[in-house]
Amino acid sequence: MSELRELYQTTILDHNKQPRNFRAVDAKTHEADGHNPLCGDQVTIELSLSDDGIVSDVGFQGSGCAISTASASMMTEAIKGKPVAEIDALFGRFRELVTSDPTQEPDVDGVGKLMVFAGVREFPMRVKCATLAWHTLHAAMNGDETAKTE
Amino acid sequence: MSLDPGLVRKDFPILQRTMRGKPLVYLDTAASAQKPQAVIDAISHFYANDYANIHRGVYELSATATRLHEQARDKVRAFVGAAEAREIIFVRNATEAINLAAWSYGRSNVSEGDEVIVSALEHHADLVPWQQLCLEKGAQLKVIPVDDDGALDLDAYEALLSERTKLVACAQVSNAIGTHVPVRDIIRLAHDRGVPVLLDAAQSVPRFEVDVQELDCDFLAFSGHKLYGPTGIGVLYVRGEILDQMLPYQTGGGMIEQVTFEETTFARAPERFEAGTPDIAGAIGLGAAIDYLSELGMANVEAHEADLLHYGTALLEEIPEVRIIGTAKEKTGVVSFVVDGVHPHDVGTILDGEGVAIRAGHHCAQPLMNRFQVPATARASLGVYNDRSDLDRLADAIRMCLELFA
Repeated sequence: MSELRELYQTTILDHNKQPRNFRAVDAKTHEADGHNPLCGDQVTIELSLSDDGIVSDVGFQGSGCAISTASASMMTEAIKGKPVAEIDALFGRFRELVTSDPTQEPDVDGVGKLMVFAGVREFPMRVKCATLAWHTLHAAMNGDETAKTE
Repeated sequence: MSLDPGLVRKDFPILQRTMRGKPLVYLDTAASAQKPQAVIDAISHFYANDYANIHRGVYELSATATRLHEQARDKVRAFVGAAEAREIIFVRNATEAINLAAWSYGRSNVSEGDEVIVSALEHHADLVPWQQLCLEKGAQLKVIPVDDDGALDLDAYEALLSERTKLVACAQVSNAIGTHVPVRDIIRLAHDRGVPVLLDAAQSVPRFEVDVQELDCDFLAFSGHKLYGPTGIGVLYVRGEILDQMLPYQTGGGMIEQVTFEETTFARAPERFEAGTPDIAGAIGLGAAIDYLSELGMANVEAHEADLLHYGTALLEEIPEVRIIGTAKEKTGVVSFVVDGVHPHDVGTILDGEGVAIRAGHHCAQPLMNRFQVPATARASLGVYNDRSDLDRLADAIRMCLELFA
């Protein structure tokens, strides 16, 4: 049960029940669809990218498990108002966090609230759920239309 | 004599291990069955004592390996009630068996404007090969609908049959929701119009006695690994009269009669359809699995799983947040469900945390999931080694999901 509590932290369950920025973006400049062909999770990310490379607005829609929904929700909160380069760096840090060795202390430097996803390390089958929204965001920012986790 | 799951469990070494610190409850037999020691031993004994390539070896070892391989074919023949061993073609799995039928029979018998009928219950393995064949030939794929319980609509099926129908392909038991299809009716109605029928028996052969002559089916496909045998071996049964009209699936060694640079004449069945060195040990392992199941008795297996399905269904129905998907009157071996407010993948992970292995997802039946308007389900499926306490652990773990997500 303790591993499960570690995975399904209160913050994650809260974002799953009440996802933030679960909406379309009116002034969208970029968008992408992401899906995990293995489990059927799917997410659409829309964002508004200003001329100086800052994500001024972002929203997501779709359906998925608690981990992928909470990850998408918390991602939108974490990146709004940030420049693309900083977001890419955060994605890198996040990916390292959820794929790192579960027997070691997690390195949560610079990931902020996203540290609640450290529990995913114990469940390698769920890493793709946690990263689907991020891969899709990455595709959107790069002008690609779709992203897959496979 | 009925089946004693306590004794059966002892035959499966993997069930002695723990998962996440708890005794393993394996409820994913519909995806693949665990292996009894007898199967593991048969394979290692073969490699350690009798291994050589089969056919044409003049030395004793090759003759022994050939004999064991053909003995395995005959065990399969007897197990499914086929008249002749040549009607049993060894392939990799049910998927390859159906692809072989679609290639070797479908391509020369389905033309533009023709129709192939499948059911809404089909696993992608018994849907995509026919869909692609129809797309290639300009033929039409027709689908037998299911009602809200997941039972096939036989009136609609009868209306779909026409003089353009060239083949019916249908699962005997749905892998996703457990519906037990009345295939005798499916076959009778098709044969009344001279249409051959392929049965996807991947989920039925491990669960009750299947006799191809009694059913009067024309093709029967199944996998060895779901039948408590090894991975890499599967079977396509083809009725003898059809067999001789079918073109080779793959060409190469082992399936020829005479080869010149200009042309080749092909061997007769089954070698005609078994190009290259086959999975010899796989066939022998499958033969051992069939011996094991025959000793348990398929009637006992069927009764045992019927009791467990009944018991497990009642347990799940006691949990108000659980909705069972697939409530047909005739069901076998599988219970698919969704839990209010908890996504099936989260159910799967939480159950895993409790040592209970189930499958969560679309079960390779996306059109069926769409029919029931769910993206995925959690699925518990039964095997000879399960007992009632496994289902108690399942129900307890589902309650834990609800507690965690409250």
